[in-house]
Parts: sequence; C-alpha cells; structure tokens
Amino acid sequence: MIALYLLLLIPLLAMPVLALVGHKPWAGRFNNWMNATTFSIAVILALIVLRAGTLISDDHWWLVDSFNVYLIALTALVGLTTGIFSGPYMEHEREIGRLTHRRLRLYYAMYQGFMLAMYLILVTNNMGILWVAMEGATLATVLLVSLYRTPESVEAAWKYFILCGVGIAQALFGTILLYFAASQVLGAGDEALEWTTLYVHASEFDPTVMKLAFVFLLVGYGTKVGLVPLHSWLPDAHSEGPTPMSAILSGLLLNDALYAIVRSKMIVDQAVPDHLPGLLMMGFGLLSFLVAVLFLHRQRDIKRLFSYSSIEHMGTMTFAFGIGTPLATFAALMHMTVHSLTKSAIFVTIGHASQIAGTQRMDKIRGLIATQPQVGWGLLVGTLAIAGFPPFGVFVSEFLVLVATMESYPWLALPLLLGLAIAFGGLFRHLHPMVFGRKPEGQEPVQANMMPVFTHLALVLLLGLAIPGILADWFDHAAQLISGGMPQ
Amino acid sequence: MAWLLNLLQVILFVATAPLLAGWIKKLKCWSQNRMAPSVLQPYRDLFKLVRKETVVAEGASWIFHMAPYIIFSVAVLAAAIVPLVAVELPTARMADVIVLVGFFGLARFFQALAGLDIGTAFGGMGSSREMTVASLAEPAMLMAVFTLAVSMSTTNLSTAIATLLHEPLTIRPSFVFAGLGLALVAVAETGRIPVDNPATHLELTMIHEAMILEYSGHHLALIEWAAQIRMMIYAVLLANIFMPWGLADNFGLAALGWGAVAIVVKLVGLTVVLVLAEAVLAKMRLFRAQHFLGFAYLLALLGMLTHVILEAG
Amino acid sequence: MDTLNSLYGQAVFLLAALVLFTSFVMLAQSRVTALVNLFALQGILLAATTALVAIVQNSPHLIISATLTLGLKGILIPLLLHWLILRMGLHRTIDEVKRPLQLLLGAASLVVFSYYVTLPVVELSELETRNIIAASAASLLLGMLLMISHRQAISHVVGFMAMENALFFSAVVSTYGMPLVVELGVAFDVMVAAVIFGVFFFQIRESIDSLDVDRLSRLTETEENE
Repeated sequence: MIALYLLLLIPLLAMPVLALVGHKPWAGRFNNWMNATTFSIAVILALIVLRAGTLISDDHWWLVDSFNVYLIALTALVGLTTGIFSGPYMEHEREIGRLTHRRLRLYYAMYQGFMLAMYLILVTNNMGILWVAMEGATLATVLLVSLYRTPESVEAAWKYFILCGVGIAQALFGTILLYFAASQVLGAGDEALEWTTLYVHASEFDPTVMKLAFVFLLVGYGTKVGLVPLHSWLPDAHSEGPTPMSAILSGLLLNDALYAIVRSKMIVDQAVPDHLPGLLMMGFGLLSFLVAVLFLHRQRDIKRLFSYSSIEHMGTMTFAFGIGTPLATFAALMHMTVHSLTKSAIFVTIGHASQIAGTQRMDKIRGLIATQPQVGWGLLVGTLAIAGFPPFGVFVSEFLVLVATMESYPWLALPLLLGLAIAFGGLFRHLHPMVFGRKPEGQEPVQANMMPVFTHLALVLLLGLAIPGILADWFDHAAQLISGGMPQ
Repeated sequence: MAWLLNLLQVILFVATAPLLAGWIKKLKCWSQNRMAPSVLQPYRDLFKLVRKETVVAEGASWIFHMAPYIIFSVAVLAAAIVPLVAVELPTARMADVIVLVGFFGLARFFQALAGLDIGTAFGGMGSSREMTVASLAEPAMLMAVFTLAVSMSTTNLSTAIATLLHEPLTIRPSFVFAGLGLALVAVAETGRIPVDNPATHLELTMIHEAMILEYSGHHLALIEWAAQIRMMIYAVLLANIFMPWGLADNFGLAALGWGAVAIVVKLVGLTVVLVLAEAVLAKMRLFRAQHFLGFAYLLALLGMLTHVILEAG
Repeated sequence: MDTLNSLYGQAVFLLAALVLFTSFVMLAQSRVTALVNLFALQGILLAATTALVAIVQNSPHLIISATLTLGLKGILIPLLLHWLILRMGLHRTIDEVKRPLQLLLGAASLVVFSYYVTLPVVELSELETRNIIAASAASLLLGMLLMISHRQAISHVVGFMAMENALFFSAVVSTYGMPLVVELGVAFDVMVAAVIFGVFFFQIRESIDSLDVDRLSRLTETEENE
C-alpha cells in the first residue's frame, strides 16, 4: 500500500521542484532519477500484486489488480526511458535556440504532472476521479504541444485542447449516467462511483441507461484513444509537439484512455446482456484501423506517419477488446504492451533522425544509415517491429488477434489481413529512402542516446520469441478478469 | 342574462379600443417630453373621418368597397371571443382560439387584397410586406396559444382561462416563454416599433399604413377602428392569459366590478411596458423583421418544449 | 407546506428553463462581451438552481457545489474572460453567426433529440428534478453547437465552459450532484483549463495575429509541397 502512495507522491513532489529548477543542466538527470524511483516502486508493486492478488485500499479509493498493475509497470518503464532520451534531446533544442529556460522548466514540470495523471488514472478506483485525472492529463500535455510556439504547434495544441475537451465532456456525461444508474440501486455517495462496487452490482442496474452511459463513455474516452472519426487532433498534436511528448502521448496516454474504456466495458457488460459494448468497440476499432491504414500512404511528415500508425494499432486493440473472448483480450493486452514499447522507441529514434536532418519532412530525411548507423538501424528495426514482422512481439500479438477474430467473427479477419498488408506497404515505401537513400551534403551525426530504443526493441523481440512465464500468467490472469471469466 | 352581459362586454370592448390607442399615444408623448393630445383624440379622429366624404379610386372593384366592412365585423367577432372582464360567456364558448387566429387571418387577407386592388405601387408593396410578416407571425402565435391549449387540455380560450383562474398559484416556465413569444408577435402584428412605426410618414418604410393609403372617409374610420380593436385584443389576451387574476367567474356585480378594475390595471401596466420598450428600441430594418419573428417563434416553440419536457409527467 | 414545496419545485423548473434559454441566446449572440455576460448569467442561474434544490432537499453538500459554481462560473471565469478581452482589445469584436434563425431552429430540434435520448433515464428516476435531465442534456448539445457555429477563440472557450455548466447541471438534476471529491476535482480541472485558455489566447494571437480560429488551418491532411 505504501508503494502505491509513493507512486503518486513522487511525481507530485517532483513537479513543483522541476518547475523551479527545470532549466538547470542537471534537471534532466533529476527527472531521470525521479522516473527511475517510480519505476522501481512500480516493479515492487507489481511483485506484491503478483504474490498477494488484487490490492484494494481500506477506504476503497485505490485499486490495483492484475489488469492495471502491468500497465503501471509499463507506464513507469516508458516514462523512464523517454525521460532518459529527453534529457539530451531538450538540451540540443535549447542549444539551437528553440527553447528558453522558462519553457524548459514548464516542460519538466509538466512531464512529471503528466506522469502523475497517468498513475492516478491507473490506480484510482473511482470512475469520477478517473475522469478528473484524464482531463488532468490533457491539461498537462496541452501546453507542451505548443512548446515551440510556432503557428503550427499553437494550432495543433488548440485543436488538441478543444477536441479532447469536448470529447472528454461526453465522457463526464457518461460517468454521470453511470453514477445515476448506480445510485438507483446503491444510493448516492462515493460507493456508487467505485469501480469495485459497480463491478459487483452492475447486473442490477438498468440496461438502457447503462448502454447510454457506455456510448457516451466510449465517445468521450475514444476521442483520447484517437478512434476515427474523433482522431483529427492526434496526428497534429504528435507532429508539432516536442518528440519526447509524442513518445509518451503515443505510448502512454492512448493506452490509458483505452484502459478507461475497457474498465467501463467491464461494468457495462454485466448490465447489458446483448454484447452491445463489445460490438460498438469492434466497429469503432475496425473503422479506425482501416482509415488509419489508408492515411499512412498520404503522409509527408515522419511524425504524422507514425501517429497514424498509432491510430491503426489503437484501433486493433479496441477491436480485440471488443471481441472480448479471453484469447482476444490476451492478444489486446499484449499488443498494448508491445505497441507502447515499440512506438515510444520509434518516436525517440525519429526525434534523433529529425535533429540530424533538421526537418520532419520525409522527403528531406535521407541516408540515415550512412550518417549515423545507430539511428538508421533503430528506425529500420523499429519500423519492422511495428509493421508486424515475425520475430517481434507485434507479430505475435497481431497473429493472436487474427486467430481470435477467426474464432468469433471469421469474415472480419479478411479486412484485418488486408489492412495489415496495406499498412506494411505504407510504412515501407516511406522508410526505405530515409534509411538507405543517398546521404545529403553536410549532414552530421548528433549526440544521441540510443540505449532506450534498443532496450525497448530488445524487450519487444524477447516478447516475440518467448513470453516469459510470469508475464504470460499475468496476461492470462488479466485477460480472464477482463473477459469476465473469473469473479473477483 | 348571460347573453346580455356578453353583448355588453363586446360593446365595451369595441367602444374602449380607441381609448386604449389614445392612452398609448398619451404615454408615448409623455415619454418623449411632448404635450399630449387628449386621450379622447382617437374618438374625435374617427368621428371626423365618418363625417368626411368617402373618395374611392377609379377602377376600384367590390373588394375595395367591401373590405372595410369585412375587416371591421371580423374584428368585432374576434373581440366577442376574448374574455375581457368575465369568463364563461356564451359567445366565448362557441369559438376557440384557432377560430380567433382564423379571424385575424381573414381580416388580413382582405386588407391585403384591398391594398392590391387599386394597383398603386405602395398598396402592393404594403400588402406584400404584410403577408411576409404574417406568414412568420401566425405560426408563432399558433405555437404560443397551443402551449396554453396543451397545458389546459382545451383549445377554448375562455375555458382555459377559467381553469387557470381556479388552480392554485403555479409557476410555469412554458408560460413565460409562450407569453414572451406572444408579446413579440403582438408587437409585430399591431405594427409597433421595432417592426413597423405607427406614426411614420415615410411611405418606403411603411407596412400597415401603406396598404390603406387609398382609403378615406368612413372606410378609413372602420379600418382604423378595426386596427385599434385588434390592438386591444392582443393586449387583453396577453393580460388575461398570463395574468388571469381578477377576472370574474360569476356574474355577480362585485365580481364584475373587480374584473373591470383588474383589466384596467393590467392594461395600464402593459401599455407602460410597451411604451418603455418603444422608447429604448429603434425601428429595425424591414429585412430584420424575419429574425424578430423567428425569435418569437423560437420562444413559443421553447414554451411548448419546456411544457412537454418539464411539466408533463 | 405541500404547496410551498411544489412552488419551490416550480421555481426550480423555471430556473432550469431559463438556463436552457440562456444557452439559446448565447447561440445567437455575436458580440463577444455580451456572450461572456450571458455565460456569467448562466452560471448565476445555475448556482441559483442548485441552491434551491439544496434547500428543498436539505443537502449541505449541494450548497457547497452551488457556492463553487457561483464563484467559479458566475464570477471568476467571466471576470477572467473580460480581462482578457480588454487586454487584447477584443471588446468590439463581432463573431458573426451565419443564418442565426436556422441555427436556433436546429438547436430546438436538438432539444427534442435530447428529450428522446434521456427518456429512459427520466423514466427510471424518482427525483423531483428528473424532468430537467433532458434540458441539461440539451444544454450540453447546445454548448457543442455554439462551438461549431462560432469562429472566435473566445466563443469557443465560452462554449466549452457552457458544456461544463451543462454537465454540472445534469449531475445536479439527475443525482443531486456527484460525490464531493469528484466535484472538487472537476472544478479544479475547469479552473486550470480556464487559465490555460488564457495562456492560449496570447499564444494564438502571437502566432496568427488574430483570434479567429478559421485562420488556424495550416495543418491539413493534404499538405502539398511548399
């Protein structure tokens, strides 16, 4: 339990400290230490939960079960490695004059603020607090998207703010409806928003209201997941913000928003017998997947390219969670993990690549392997992994999604396969010249720390070759929990 | 007895209509720091017009001749439906609120025809404008009275008002909206600022006045009087639907007396509001009139919606 | 006592209807200062509604919410917006609404829509305020419509805040308010959002020299070679 409080307390304390000292040269290292501490706490927490099972605080405020504990660990890991990358990256940005001291302070403070919101989303047991934290995550990141103050970045941040704000308002309405349905049975009070209570009593709630609530929750949190047609903020925000931002947005925020949807689905499934939430999620997921795949071909900006790839993968996960069988859920959880790891690695690599080329336009980025082999190989391997090439974890999870689809809805496997093929083409037609093309005159390597990238990619490779027993058990446990196979 | 009372009430209605017009004019002069003519001035005007020779344009058809009589009699019939001092009178039971709106429509139809009949530019222009305004005002008015009808579950004006009168004090949001909507319609229909200016001498901005430019003598007197009755009907409608207190529900002398006092007080209050509103508003461009009436329609519609959503069930 | 209670109930209805009405008027309003004033009015009406419900239901926690609403949405945020408008010299800005009449009639149909959507909720509820749920859902949609139909950044903020108002409103009328922790959290988020919006105005102005969001159109899917 103490581990849990520490998890929240460290970012909370680090935030004001970094707000004051964020411009100092050692701020990046301080940030790393903070993230490293939270990561080790997260690992301890994971071990506790692994041994002792679901952890619920006495006042029912916090909940750590096998579903969210692995997300906590994942969040901490990605937060740590992205932090390690962001230190030199931000230093470089300041040297070339894109950032001032004040903005650096803002950046580091908000980095911790964002991490705090992420942990809060994951550990809270209260659907209302979940919403508050989700909105908090938006607020923390929105000023970071416009950190460079270019017209484009301001525009992207504005779109992000308005769209996510409007979207998340729908989610609040859904939460209110949920609370309403629950308070009819349980009476008003904190109880009627507690996930654990809701989960137990959901079958007594009115199905119509629950359906209505789920539609609003799906639309609201779905905006944050980047589900089509509510996705238009995502490529903008990813492409215009600083690269570490894109990495944690793609690797963490989207996951956590999806986490919120899945938590809601678990409740609503109890109340609604006809599998409607699952069908809705499948529909949105498949649509996002297909649309994003087609858009991959049209991109000219490298970060936009990979943000559409994020939409694609989030669509796949939403689809898999929607199917809802234990196998599909297992696949979705695994996909969540490998996607987070791979995507944050890719964004880190892209960050270096665009610093090398001095632009994010793909037709200007050329000959990375010749200039800086580390970065070139990183991008190549990362893209191979995200496109679902065999030895990597993404392949395994996508394969599992396909198998699960075959089992439940055989005819839907066809568009999935087709989409994967199109995505493959879309990624590689852009990638090839960037990695292998002729090196432009005067292109110099930059100071880069590729350690996080290769750590992530190695993990993904490991997951693809053989899932460690602990992790497999873990996923299995969570999958059972989510698909409702096992009572609490 | 009831019939006698009824007759008396209609006569009172018709007879006091010019008085209301004179009172409004007086208030208006006061509000503008001018010397006011006597409140009886409209009567003198009507009397003067009746005595004057009636000139009819060449080529005028029977419509032109008949229109003033039709307009005036329709106005009197309409006045018979609206409860002034007492409810549940015989004529009021016969016809409901849709008939009332129909009467207004009939009068307007003949007025527009008469305006076109002579074939002058201004008459036609006035008629076309009048119809434009009317096509927007009538739905709004219907929607407002329907709100009343739906909440009282009757379209009969007198019965509805009687029900309102007997229930305990209730605040109905739908009535607030419907009342405001009806007030806006009334302003447009009686040709007041900001839709039309009753005192205008600029033909280009006229609506109502343009249609009756060709009339003179007792024809003009009838039309003016009918317009004053219409004004009175709207005022009484607003007063008695939305503030029904004081109306007589039996035919005892005390009740009737109170009813008379009440309606006078209500009308005085209403006209003060009207004059104040006219003092602060400017006449809007003719093309804005549709926005004005659209807003009135919206208010009435909101009244209906709030009734369905908030008050039913 | 019974009639007194029913009078209270009717007053709540009246206030609720007025809140909905302010949503409508805001929709057709083209002057930004007037828009902010209307927003303040809506906040005050909302606080009054909540306070009245709190008195009738004898619920101290709603009183806190009402005070919070009054302070935040009735006073603080409008003042902040006015200050921003003054600082940026926007007080004469006209944010013209195209086809206001059609917009308003569309809004009226949204009211009907939300009535049908919330029907199952209303049927289930036993609260005295259940009939207002549809009105609150409608205000939510109207807030969205406000953001869609207006072009100035300030109007978007007002629309955003009006949506927050509507959400709070729906929580009050459907369940007599969310638990206090959640409400405090939401209020905190709203406050931070308001401040960030303020920062944004300066950033947008700096970058495009206007607050007309139509001019924020550099990022599109079909960006061709420069």
